[in-house]
Parts: sequence; C-alpha cells; structure tokens
Amino acid sequence: MSDSPHAIATHDPNLQHHFATAEQQQDASVMGMWVFLITEIMFFGGMFFGYMIYRYLHYQAWSEGSQHMDFWWGTINTVVLLCSSLTMAMGVRSAQLGRRKAIVIFLVITILFGLAFLGIKAIEYHHHWVSQEFPGLHWHWEGPNGQEVALFFSFYWAMTGFHALHMIIGVGLVSYIIFQAQKGRYNESYFNPVENVGLYWHFVDLVWIYLYPLLYLISNKHTSG
Amino acid sequence: MAHQVVSSKTYVGIWAALICLTVLTAAASRIELGPFNIVLALLIATAKASLVVLIFMGVKYISQKMTVVVLVAGLFWLGVLLVLGFTDYASRTLN
Repeated sequence: MSDSPHAIATHDPNLQHHFATAEQQQDASVMGMWVFLITEIMFFGGMFFGYMIYRYLHYQAWSEGSQHMDFWWGTINTVVLLCSSLTMAMGVRSAQLGRRKAIVIFLVITILFGLAFLGIKAIEYHHHWVSQEFPGLHWHWEGPNGQEVALFFSFYWAMTGFHALHMIIGVGLVSYIIFQAQKGRYNESYFNPVENVGLYWHFVDLVWIYLYPLLYLISNKHTSG
Repeated sequence: MAHQVVSSKTYVGIWAALICLTVLTAAASRIELGPFNIVLALLIATAKASLVVLIFMGVKYISQKMTVVVLVAGLFWLGVLLVLGFTDYASRTLN
C-alpha cells in the first residue's frame, strides 16, 4: 500500500515506514499485543488446568492447603491490584489526551500499588517458608495428606511465583514508560507503548482475579481463623 | 484518530464495581454452599475479568475488528485446552 508522495513529505518520526497512517500503526500495535497476551493466557491456562484436575483428584488436600493461605492478605492484595489497574487505565487515558504530567503521576501511583502487592506477597512467602510449606526444599506437614498438600503448594508457588515475576517485569516496563513520558516522548497521536504496557498490566491483574478465589477462597473455614 | 477516550467517571465506576465484586466473593466464600462455593467464586471472577477486559483493556471500544477476532480465537484455544483436557480426564479411569 503506497501512499501519495505528500504523506512521505510530511513524515511523522513516530510513524514507522511500513505503516500508511498513525491509526493503522496503532491498530497493528494493539493487535500484536493481543497476540502476545493470548500466548500468556495459554501459558497460565495450562497451570490453571493442572490445578483444577488435581483439585478434583485431591479435593480434601486442596481444601486443607487452602486453609493455610492468609485470607486477609489475599483479599487486600486483590484490592491493591484492582486499584493499580484503575490508575493504569487513567494513565493510558492521560496519554491519549497528551497530558504528560498526568501520565507520570498515574503511572508512579501504579508502580507504588505494584510494589505494595509484591511486598505483601513477600510477607506471605516468608510466612509459608518459615512454616515449612515449600515442597521439596523445605517441607513439613502434619496429617495424612502431606503428599497431596505438597502438590497443592507446588501449584501455589508456581502460579503465584510466575504471577509475581510478571508483576516485577510490569514494574520495570512501567518505569521505562514513566522515564520516556517524562522526556515528552508521547503525545495524543503517539502513545502505543503506553497503551501496550497498560494492556500487559491489566492482563497480570486478570490472572490474579482467578488466582485469588482458586487459592484463597476454597477452604470454607476462614471463619475459624 | 478513531481512538475513543473513555471518561474517568466510567473507569472509576468500573473500579468501584470490581471492589464490590471482590467483597462479594470474599463474603460468599464464608458461607457454606458445598460444591457451589467454587462455582460462585469462578462466576464472580469471570464477571470481574469481563469488566477488566471490556473496559480497562478497551475491548469494547476497539475499532479494528481483526483484534477482536484474535481475542475470540485465543479464548477458543483456551476452551480447547480446558474442554478437551477435562473430557480426557473425566472419561478414563483415574490413577
């Protein structure tokens, strides 16, 4: 699709040569991001599938293991992530409107929420570690279902671990966007990177939306603890 | 620019709805419903996920239909993974 010479003469430095218009570039960039997110959905989907199968096979052990999750930290972390998604959405909106200062402010708040999430997760991890709830390396379980509960905890560490890794990468990406926004890199007609990092951040929130009930809410016995 | 800018009010409204659903799912988990606890929890999670995907991730406002096709195809593949996988496990002798 070759455009008129006029389009080349007024070439926008943010518009890659292989795109006809900024709008086409924007659409392609968002679609590419979604293709990537689909691979991420399949990646986490496999773990969720395994988790559900073994929950079905070892129902009792799953319930037992879930009782060792901290209901309140899990709930607070869910709220923290939802707040970070709001500030991220507001940050992307600021980018669409070309408000440079607002992008920086909203994204800094997003990072703070992200770090709060990771901090709370670290408290939980520490607690599980000292309670010898890390299968293989540091494991001790009272009761007859030890082996099956170890399986539950393997899923717990793997799924929340990969989620936390995505959070850490997300914090890095958002930091980069803040740095670029500070330099005035984005405006109303060029904000693809902000939007794509936003999509990534919301995706990570999405994974947690499913992890929270599956890990923290399946024991039915929180009332006693 | 065909890009639609969503109002802050919408975003805050969606956020409030997400917080309410979180409180709801946390409260529901404390009521004994037997096997329906997990069903209810996953239904609420799916409602929350839909709000995030449609509004925060802007799928509702996407002008490029091809992106929607990519998304639907992705969900279809996830469906293949889950449905065929569960069918496999449910239809053979376990252990």
